[in-house]
Amino acid sequence: MANPQNSAALPRNAAPSSKAAPQTNSMTIIAPIAGWLLPGLGHMIQRRYIRGVLLMAAIFTMFFAGLGMQGKIYSFNTGDLLDILGFVGDLGAGLLYIVARVMDWGVGNIHRAVADYGTKFIVVAGLLNIIATVDAYHIAIGKKE
Amino acid sequence: MTFELSHFNAALVFALCASVVFGITQRNTTRDMLRYGAYCFAMFIGGVIIASWAMWIIKH
Repeated sequence: MANPQNSAALPRNAAPSSKAAPQTNSMTIIAPIAGWLLPGLGHMIQRRYIRGVLLMAAIFTMFFAGLGMQGKIYSFNTGDLLDILGFVGDLGAGLLYIVARVMDWGVGNIHRAVADYGTKFIVVAGLLNIIATVDAYHIAIGKKE
Repeated sequence: MTFELSHFNAALVFALCASVVFGITQRNTTRDMLRYGAYCFAMFIGGVIIASWAMWIIKH
């Protein structure tokens, strides 16, 4: 049975194709979580392989470029507001953040100007992954093809 | 593993990665994604060049 809420998102005269059709309800939960844990996976499990690979490549490149520039990985803190926001941004990278914390990567280097760029690269990689996660959710609910 | 990137190369990497994500997530069709990604990339790099010339003019 067609879900009227999802079919309202389709153009009036558009024939529903298998690719644009809304996924099952479980996908609306699984896709964002998968996309958050591993960048691009939320798209791949919905058969958007090229988009998923491109997102993964972009976010991985940004994250590891940040680490290569000796950027800092923020840990949980209740201190300075910018440090808290840095932690929230970093956390957006999902498993990449967890692995980096476990492996003790990203200790930072205050003697290099480029290291500060690296810190921003890592934060932005997490923020871009959050955007990609929301996009995976929009595909799952049928709002986007 | 560490590597050195010049400021401009760092800006290029940043612009490329951000443009790919923006293009894919903010548009619906493949053609629009490509166009919007290219637009974002041009805006990022154009902004960098304009800002750097503005700083050079302020300094001199």
